[in-house]
Amino acid sequence: MNDMTPPSREERIESLKGMGSSRKRVEDARFTQGKGNYVDDIKMPGMLFGDFVRSPYAHARIKSIDSEAALAIPGVLAVLTAKDLEPLGLHWMPTLAGDKQMVLADGKVLFQGQEVAFVVATDRYAAADGCEAVVVDYEELPVVVDPFKALAEDAPVLREDLEGQTEGAHGPRRHHNHIFTWEAGEKEATEQVLDSAEVVAEEMVYYHRTHPCPLEPCGCVASMDKVNGKLTLYGTFQAPHAIRTVVSLISGIEEHNIRVVSPDIGGGFGNKVGAYPGYVCSVVASIVTGKPVKWIEDRMDNLMTTAFARDYWMKGKIAATKEGKITGLWCHTTADHGGFDACADPTKFPAGFMNICTGSYDIPTAYLAVDGVYTNKAPGGVAYRCSFRVTEAAYFIERMIEILAIELGMDAAELRRINFIKKEQFPYQSALGWEYDSGDYHTAWDKALKAVGYDDLRKEQAERVEAFNRGETRKLLGIGLTHFTEIVGAGPVKNCDILGLGMFDSCEIRIHPTGSAIARLGTISQGQGHATTFAQILASEIGLPADSITVEEGDTDTAPYGLGTYGSRSTPVAGAATAMAGRKIRAKAQMIAAYLLEVHDDDVEFDVDRFVVKGAPERFKTMKEIAFAAYNQAIPGIEPGLEAVSYYDPPNMTYPFGAYICVMEIDVDTGTHEIRQFYALDDCGTRINPMIIEGQVHGGLTEALAIAMGQEIAYDEMGNCKTGTLMDFFIPTAWETPNYTTDHTTTPSPHHPIGAKGVGESPNVGGVPAFSNAVHDAFRAFGLRQSHMPHDHWRIWKIANGLGLHG
Amino acid sequence: MIPAAFEYHRPADIPAALAILDEHGDDARVIAGGHSLIPMMKLRMADIEHLIDLQDISELQGITVSGAEVTIGAMTTQHDLINNADVARVAPIMHEAALQIADPQVRYMGTVGGNVANGDPGNDMPGLMQCLGATFHLVGSGGERAVAARDYYEAAYMTDREDDEILTKITFTAPEGGYAYEKQKRKIGDYATAACAAIVQMDGGTCTSASIAMTNLSDTPIFSEEAGEALVGTACDKAAIEAAVAAATGAIDPAEDNRGPVDFKMHVAATIIRRAIERAVSRA
Repeated sequence: MNDMTPPSREERIESLKGMGSSRKRVEDARFTQGKGNYVDDIKMPGMLFGDFVRSPYAHARIKSIDSEAALAIPGVLAVLTAKDLEPLGLHWMPTLAGDKQMVLADGKVLFQGQEVAFVVATDRYAAADGCEAVVVDYEELPVVVDPFKALAEDAPVLREDLEGQTEGAHGPRRHHNHIFTWEAGEKEATEQVLDSAEVVAEEMVYYHRTHPCPLEPCGCVASMDKVNGKLTLYGTFQAPHAIRTVVSLISGIEEHNIRVVSPDIGGGFGNKVGAYPGYVCSVVASIVTGKPVKWIEDRMDNLMTTAFARDYWMKGKIAATKEGKITGLWCHTTADHGGFDACADPTKFPAGFMNICTGSYDIPTAYLAVDGVYTNKAPGGVAYRCSFRVTEAAYFIERMIEILAIELGMDAAELRRINFIKKEQFPYQSALGWEYDSGDYHTAWDKALKAVGYDDLRKEQAERVEAFNRGETRKLLGIGLTHFTEIVGAGPVKNCDILGLGMFDSCEIRIHPTGSAIARLGTISQGQGHATTFAQILASEIGLPADSITVEEGDTDTAPYGLGTYGSRSTPVAGAATAMAGRKIRAKAQMIAAYLLEVHDDDVEFDVDRFVVKGAPERFKTMKEIAFAAYNQAIPGIEPGLEAVSYYDPPNMTYPFGAYICVMEIDVDTGTHEIRQFYALDDCGTRINPMIIEGQVHGGLTEALAIAMGQEIAYDEMGNCKTGTLMDFFIPTAWETPNYTTDHTTTPSPHHPIGAKGVGESPNVGGVPAFSNAVHDAFRAFGLRQSHMPHDHWRIWKIANGLGLHG
Repeated sequence: MIPAAFEYHRPADIPAALAILDEHGDDARVIAGGHSLIPMMKLRMADIEHLIDLQDISELQGITVSGAEVTIGAMTTQHDLINNADVARVAPIMHEAALQIADPQVRYMGTVGGNVANGDPGNDMPGLMQCLGATFHLVGSGGERAVAARDYYEAAYMTDREDDEILTKITFTAPEGGYAYEKQKRKIGDYATAACAAIVQMDGGTCTSASIAMTNLSDTPIFSEEAGEALVGTACDKAAIEAAVAAATGAIDPAEDNRGPVDFKMHVAATIIRRAIERAVSRA
């Protein structure tokens, strides 16, 4: 051995840090040293601050707004109301769901915390004082916080602007507080199956209202340069390009004169997909004053007014044979959308992908109907770390399976096993309209059950129940099972768009002469580690080290157009675009290599980081050499340079899946719980960075723990939000967070260029039913069928109390 | 979450602080760690024109343990309390309770004096001080006086302290016997759903003294003399403990909030009190 020994093939693969490598996150050096650059870090000369006067009432008429005292406060420059925005046509704005939403209260307010006036001042403190000094005269109106009561004949009319409109964005409206009805599957056929079934289990499953609550709240800095007519908008946007187009359409400013920048984002989880009144008011204020205007929410603003998640009342019926073979599934959902329908869903899917609610099971006949309803609550309905309503769907089916198991007197693990879609059935056409790309559920399930020692756990549980009945313990043992199937990677432009914007995504690669590169994408990382993982995809595709590839996102002036990051779509869509753009680079590199090696194009083949002459591996050109030649050597018939761009329109969604098992101890006297074990097996297809996957799973499971065990947005009957601070809105700390065991199987997506399916949201989707099922399972022996989340101490205590376990 | 404008004062000694209090009367408030007052100001529920920061007043700092006599300066942080080996030795219940307050970040700032002085029913130290039979020392323009912790609390945020008085220190005699501070909370950083401080002294298998106090189960901390009496003279067997639990729960009046309804809180309180007594007895 000497220094001249060439590296082995394995060493060359290793040095690229490509796909499959647990490469450390390149972002972390910055973030862990406080060197991130978030929206609130942006400071511009002469920058002003905006803040909102918000409604203390959930439903009230606004009789007058008096700004005089506010304007007298030193530093307060302007107080904008709906009257000021009306001449610009900006007092209302379109929502992502085809509805419209007040930017500032136009005559009335529909939820507590609604934006009433926008105070613009020279600093934050003056703006806050100004908000305090604005006098608003409200006339209180009757409040509706229950979506079922909202549909009563004599329920108060919430949306007076829609009075008499019997047609909405998604079809007929049958009541003044009704938004839409959305259906999938076969109604009559399903009802026939239910009527003739040997066994039918029926239950109402409520997935309560919660909130994504990212660490960094929403905000923006709008800067209108009146000299060159350019508007720059920095903000916490999960979809910067879509925001640019929407701003252009609303404001009439030509799209080339708008630059939207998403700097570092401190978590999104769906909360930063939508457009908020703060953005519009900041833009208007900047246009009016000619100065940059910053608006940043505080925690209460964020929790009480920006997009919530869930709030689905899912009435289910599941039919089966006595042996447990499922024959049909029926679901009617009442969806509480709040005061405006501001859900973030692909336009043709007003209830998102709720029709994935047949889950991992081969259910031949199914029907789903969703009714959207207005109430006096904050608008939203975003996919909180899930793909459009998938977590609601997964929770529904995983509860219905448990309830059916109770009805049948069967073990819930076995019931799942006999109903799973079989490996050989893929691609599988579901009864509600999806084509599942690939899966191997039985293998994953058996691996999971074996890993936790399922049979022994059941024995221990039975012994525990006996000991409890003998008065020897006050703790019960719950085993929470879940096998979830997600639908992510929205999506094919043929059926997925948001406000008409097709949901493709993009990647543009420029190789530098010395063999390093920059890649720009239409997505935007909010903590997912795109700068790390997308470089890994490219490293494997183009044979340059990941460490030599910069990944840039979020600036619409430089990045190619794309629909952003949410719904686990970055890897399935932009990741595919990245691989495809890489392959274009490689195709050109192949021609250059062939020229340099003086052989025909077909006589060279790609090998890790080089092209080699077939059959003569000692004759090769490395990608680094090829990059230099691409720019500096005149090659007949080939343009100089080495660049590529790909816009990827996925042919199908991807369908990640997983098997989660939670073992939980429950104290029946205090309602407290302890997670003894949590096993999470994820199959996200090809794995790009196992370390990042593990981190994503840990984070998502912890959010799932929060949602299942305590996190909620709750209102009293007056429509007051009871959970507007982190005292009452549960965010787990390290103390409440259990240990997780992660595991995987790998079933690549057959239609994705690298076989990857996406993973960021799986643990939230699968985690919630796993935790919730564990709680239910602990009480199964005592007769519990269904108890709504969140399972905080008093609600668990209430279960025990209701079952007579307190003597 | 931005407070209204206020004047900030930082006196170096007690007379200077009292002078500012005298001058501004109702418009002035002293501030220790700020964990109760600052959020109220940020929510604009408290409008304080003059804020008097006590952190430069050295007389309010420090912990002295002399034999069984313990003196804690009002500005002592929970962090300092936890890290004081003498306190941990002579009054381990205080160490145990302080570790259950909020989280380390809060405990770096939060003070013992602030925790007991303003009468927040959610705070842990008031119940603990009642259990210990501690004395609060106040100073005002009228001079110094001492008030028993068991007599100090009148209602939520209403105490025996006059507006022009400052709480300077807390004294108590470290108890003998077994102890426990049992607390149920929803999460780190939350106030108690129910909490109980118990100190039990046993001699030859018979309880010679017992002190039971509770946190966040009424609008003030609750010291239940009857609960202690139910144990004294017994072997602290199941029947005696149940009698003490019944006496203690008879003295509380919890209110419904996001932690749960009243029937739940009563049941949890009984469970927590029982566990506190059982653990104290096991250590006696």
